[in-house]
Amino acid sequence: MNLKHSWIIALKDIKVFIRKRTVLYTVILLPLLLSVLFPLVIEFGGKSTGGITGPEIPALLHSFEWFFVIIPAIIPAPIASYSIVGEKLEKSLERLLVTPTTDGEILLGKSVAAFIPAIIASYAGASIYMALIDGVTHGKLGYFYYPNWDMGVILFLLAPLALLLSIELNIITSSRVSDVRTAGQLGSLTFLPLIGVYLASEIGLITLDTNTLLIIAGVVAVLDVALFRVSTSVFQREQILTKWK
Amino acid sequence: MIETENLTKKFDGLTAVDGVTFRVDEGEVFGFLGPNGAGKTTTVRMLCCLISKTSGTAKIAGYEVGNGADSLKIRKLIGLVPDNVGLYESLTAYDNLDFFGKLYDRTESQRKESIAALLKMLELWEKKDVPVATFSKGMKQKLAIALALVHDPQILFMDEPTANLDPEAAKTVRDFILDLKKQKKTVFLNTHNLDEAQRICDRIAILNTTLRAMGTPEELERSVRGRVTVIQLEKSSDAVLTAVKKLGLGNVSAEGNKLTIDTADPEKENATILDAVFRAGGRIQSVNVVGSTLEDAYLKLVREREKL
Repeated sequence: MNLKHSWIIALKDIKVFIRKRTVLYTVILLPLLLSVLFPLVIEFGGKSTGGITGPEIPALLHSFEWFFVIIPAIIPAPIASYSIVGEKLEKSLERLLVTPTTDGEILLGKSVAAFIPAIIASYAGASIYMALIDGVTHGKLGYFYYPNWDMGVILFLLAPLALLLSIELNIITSSRVSDVRTAGQLGSLTFLPLIGVYLASEIGLITLDTNTLLIIAGVVAVLDVALFRVSTSVFQREQILTKWK
Repeated sequence: MIETENLTKKFDGLTAVDGVTFRVDEGEVFGFLGPNGAGKTTTVRMLCCLISKTSGTAKIAGYEVGNGADSLKIRKLIGLVPDNVGLYESLTAYDNLDFFGKLYDRTESQRKESIAALLKMLELWEKKDVPVATFSKGMKQKLAIALALVHDPQILFMDEPTANLDPEAAKTVRDFILDLKKQKKTVFLNTHNLDEAQRICDRIAILNTTLRAMGTPEELERSVRGRVTVIQLEKSSDAVLTAVKKLGLGNVSAEGNKLTIDTADPEKENATILDAVFRAGGRIQSVNVVGSTLEDAYLKLVREREKL
């Protein structure tokens, strides 16, 4: 595999998507909003009843942290959709497929193009969130809550794995739909099981401690491998030209 | 340069291309004529290693189509102008060309040189930094051709390159193909524009799932029939028609006051025909000798297939 080819394709896709403002805003806005919203909740939440107290803060922050697994599952969807369905719509895939690149190089390039902006946006949002949280909670807790191990597992293990899952799902759905919006919506459905995990933790069915996070990461990794096989079987020249919608 | 033998492609039991055999030499402009759905694009896609063949063989510059290791080598040798322009509309003309140049492992200096040469030749240099979305259809088509040539391929496959273009833009594209021929590039041209094929192709193959005929445009014209003598009568009559038929020449048909006779050698046969018309009481207004055209050949060959 010529990784240079994948990188060339990824850079081109990033260049294209940067010029699509709606996609760019989706990628930037969601993590930015949540990274500011959560600290505001801690700072101003429950003001009428005396505000959120120090002992209540860790539990709240624990539930907020899970959103930094959900965000990476949502934001690559519009990029991946533009990357594949957009190319189908512009009818440029045939020209790309006739170049001396392998299916794997193209697939990797498309995945990297969706991965890099999404992970940068997720990490930027998480960094803002952690800095603001430390700022508003240090007085009440007497220590800096972040960084900690749970957030480390979330950002460096679960977030990239969830992001990969979303990209792979997008590639698979892209082969079955013919418009960017539908592909994006279907691809972002990855977040539904993650919402399920969040709800399960909220009603006390599971505790999202470091061990549970590692187990979930293992499950997502297995799903990643399974979906990778499906996506590579879908992303083949002949199928793209003759079977894709 | 391009050789196929019994090349066949079936999709879920439906035969798109059936046992096609032909050879295209280096520096030749080879026209592939056929109606929509005849299998032209499928053939090009097989030759460009985009889809697999069901059976038969095909070779491009000695490399075997369908052999995994040879596929990448073939793709380096060929350029494709697909039936849709397939450009990145939000990128500039230069960025489009530079992207594909990089994928063909061209160095920066090679890319700069070939991009400048192509854009200048196709009169797009002034627009090199403008997003393609603002281009007219003709400009996009010219850029699509430049994209296929950015890596200086030996063989160029063009799928309906002048479809939907205005006459001026179509002429620019045709002139450009003739320039490529001067540069000894091999051009495989898919088209259903008979006039275009006749003007620029050295040889033409007519396809309608199977290969119906192949030859120079002149050979194909002659293959349908020789020439016809058209006699405009003042008034048609059964006696005249019978008299001409009795001569036992080619096919004779009457339409209104017009009599059409297939003639292998009109210079010799017309005197006999006119004599027979006079003797049967016919009064002649005009006599014309008409040669068959590529269109006649094309329609005959394509319809023969449809009747099967």
